[in-house]
Amino acid sequence: MSAPADPILTVEHLSMRFGGLVAVDDLSFAATRGHITALIGPNGAGKTTVFNCITGFYHPTVGMIRLAHADGTAFLLERLLDFRIAKLAHVARTFQNIRLFPGMTVLENLLVAQHNPLMKASGFTVLGLLGLAVYRRAEHAAIDRAKYWLDRVGLLRRADDPAGDLPYGEQRRVEIARAMCTDPVLLCLDEPAAGLNARESAELNELLLGMRAEHKTSILLIEHDMSVVMGISDRVVVLDYGVKIFDGTAADVRNDPKVIAAYLGVEDEEVEQAEAEVGL
Amino acid sequence: MSQAAETPARPAIDLLGAFKSGALAAIVAFGLFSLLIGVRTDQGPTGALELTPRLAVLGVLVAIAFVGGFVRALVPGERIDIGAYVPDALKTAGAQLGRFAGPALLLFALAEPVLFYHNRYVLDLGILVLTYVMLGWGLNIVVGLAGLLDLGYVAFYAVGAYSYALLAQNFGWSFWICLPVAGCLAACWGLMLGFPVLRLRGDYLAIVTLAFGEIIRLVLLNWQSLTGGPNGISSIPRPSFFGIPFVDEDNGFAATFGLEYSATHRIVFLYYLILALALLTNWVTLRLRRLPIGRAWEALREDEIACRSLGINTTTTKLTAFAMGAMFGGIAGSFFATRQGFISPESFTFSESALVLAIVVLGGMGSQLGVAIAAFAMLGGFELFRQFAQYRMLIFGLAMVLIMIWRPRGLVSTRTPSAFLGKPKEVPAEVVAEARR
Repeated sequence: MSAPADPILTVEHLSMRFGGLVAVDDLSFAATRGHITALIGPNGAGKTTVFNCITGFYHPTVGMIRLAHADGTAFLLERLLDFRIAKLAHVARTFQNIRLFPGMTVLENLLVAQHNPLMKASGFTVLGLLGLAVYRRAEHAAIDRAKYWLDRVGLLRRADDPAGDLPYGEQRRVEIARAMCTDPVLLCLDEPAAGLNARESAELNELLLGMRAEHKTSILLIEHDMSVVMGISDRVVVLDYGVKIFDGTAADVRNDPKVIAAYLGVEDEEVEQAEAEVGL
Repeated sequence: MSQAAETPARPAIDLLGAFKSGALAAIVAFGLFSLLIGVRTDQGPTGALELTPRLAVLGVLVAIAFVGGFVRALVPGERIDIGAYVPDALKTAGAQLGRFAGPALLLFALAEPVLFYHNRYVLDLGILVLTYVMLGWGLNIVVGLAGLLDLGYVAFYAVGAYSYALLAQNFGWSFWICLPVAGCLAACWGLMLGFPVLRLRGDYLAIVTLAFGEIIRLVLLNWQSLTGGPNGISSIPRPSFFGIPFVDEDNGFAATFGLEYSATHRIVFLYYLILALALLTNWVTLRLRRLPIGRAWEALREDEIACRSLGINTTTTKLTAFAMGAMFGGIAGSFFATRQGFISPESFTFSESALVLAIVVLGGMGSQLGVAIAAFAMLGGFELFRQFAQYRMLIFGLAMVLIMIWRPRGLVSTRTPSAFLGKPKEVPAEVVAEARR
C-alpha cells in the first residue's frame, strides 16, 4: 500500500535489538491522520516493542519515528524522553497489562492525566497553594473533562470508587478515558479488547469509532481480537518476527497468503517458499 | 480479610496445632532468652565473673511466649481481623468518634499550656511530641505520599539544626530569618540526596538514604573547625517574642506586657511556636494533596511507568517530594536547636530516623491524623513506661509487634481521595500501593 497523503506518524527503518535478539527489523509504515491503524501479528512478533519505541520507553537501535501535528509541527520521537512524548507531542498510550493507579479513585486517575495543564494553571504549585481562583477554575474544567470521558466510557457512576476495585473490563475503559484526558493527537492502544467478552468488544468498537469521528483522534492499535481489528481498522500492518509482512486494508488481509502462513502455519514445502518471500 | 469472607463458619478449634505453635514459640523464646535473661553476670568479690541463674524470670518469659503462640494459632485467618470481633454498633460509634478525633486533638493541643501551666514536665513533653508530629508529617510527604522509603530523614533535621545554630552564632541572624533559611538549606540537601537516588526504589533506596543520614552525622562529628565535632554547639541564641527577649529585665517579655517574670512564658511560647509550625506543615501537605503536584506524588507511588506515559516528569516530581519533606525536617531541626540551646551529633543518630519512620508507619502511611496519634502514642508511651527503666524498650517492642499484627497498615489505614464527584468516601487500604507490596 502506498504512503498516505497526510501521515500523522511515519516510522522509517525502525530496528530494535536486545543483545543478539532482533525484536523489530527494519520496519517502515505510516499511519494516516484521523484513521485507525491496526498493528497485528502472532505473539512475540514485536508489536509492543514498536509501541514502546513510539512512546519512548525504548530507544530504538536504528530508525526514525516522525510525528506531525495538523498545524505542521513535527517531532522526532526517537529523540524525545518518554514523558516529553506525552507532554509535547501528545501521544498517549495504554498498556497490555493495565497500569492504572489502583489506590486512587477513577476521577483522580483522570485528573492525574491532566497534570501538565493543571500544573501550569496552579502556577507550578505556587498560585495553587495560595488558593487563587485561577487554579480552582482550571480544576473545575479538569473535573468536567474527566466527567465527559467517564460518561463516554459509561463509568460516571464509578467515578469515586478506587480504580483497583473495578472489574477488568471497566479498568480497560478507565485506562482509555485516562489516556484521552491527556488530549492526544495519537492514541496507542495495546490490546484494548484483551479479556473483554463479545458484547464489551462491540462497545469498544463503537467507542473507538466515536472517538475517531468526534475528536479526530488518530488511533494506533495492537489487537488479537479480529472482530475489533476487522470492524474498525482503516489500515492493517502485520508483523511477524519483527518484520512487516503485510500493509494494506482490512479486507485484503484475510486473503493474504503470508499472513495466513504466519498465523496458521503452512505445509512443510510451503514453509521454505513463504520464508523466501518474507526474506528470512 | 477476603479469607474471612469466604469462610464465614469458624473452623473447628485445632488444639493440637495450637499446642505445637505454642511449643515452637516457647522453644524460640528459650533459645533467645536462655543466656540473655536466664543468666546474670556479676562481679565477684575477687573480681572474678559470677553467674547467677535466673530461672524464674526465664520461665515466665517462656510461658508468655507459649501462651502467645497458643492463642495466636487458635484465632483463624492469616492476619487477625480485629474488626470481626467488634459489634457493629461499636464500629459506627468508633467511626463517629474518629470524625471528631482530629478536632478534639487540636483543641487539646491548643489548650494544653493553659491546663498544665504549672506543670513544666507536661509542657516539655508536649513540645517534644509536637516536634515529632511535625517530623512525622514532613516524612509523610516522602514516604506516605510519594512512596519513597527514606531511612535518613534525620539528616535534614540535623542540617536544619546546625544551619540555625551556625547562622545565629556567627552572623547574629534572628530566629525568624534563620527559620526559612534553614528550611531552604535542608531542601537543597533534599535535592542533593534526590539526584543520585532517582533510579532507585524500595529496599535499594532505603539503603542509600540510610547511608546518607550516617554521612551527614559523620561529617558533623569530624568537621571540628565548623561544627565543634563531638562537643557540638552550645549557647545557641534563644528565640525572642518577635524581637522581645524572654528575660527578667526592663526590655524583656514580662516587663513589656506588664506581667510578673516567669520562666514558663518562654516554654509556652515555644509550645505554641512548634504547634504553629506543625499545623503549617499539615496545612501545606493537605493543600498539596489537592494540587497536581500532590496527585502526581501519589500517582508515582502507585505506578511510575503509567506516570511517565501521561507526561509527568518523574524526575522533578521525586525531587520536589524530597525537597518538601526535607524542608519541614529542617524547620523542625532549627526549632530543636533553639529549644535545646545545645546541639551535638549525638542528637541525630539513626534511631531518630527509625523513630520518625515508625511513627509514620504506625500512623498509617499518608494519613495526617494517624501520624499525629502515633507520635502521641509512641512518645507518650515512652514516658509512661519510664519507671520500668530497662524493660521499657522490651515492652515497647512488644506493643509494636501486637499493633502490627492487629493493624498491619497502621492506625488509620484508609486513604481520603483528593477529589470526588459525589459523597466523599475513603479508599480501603487493600488497594493502595504500599499495602500491595
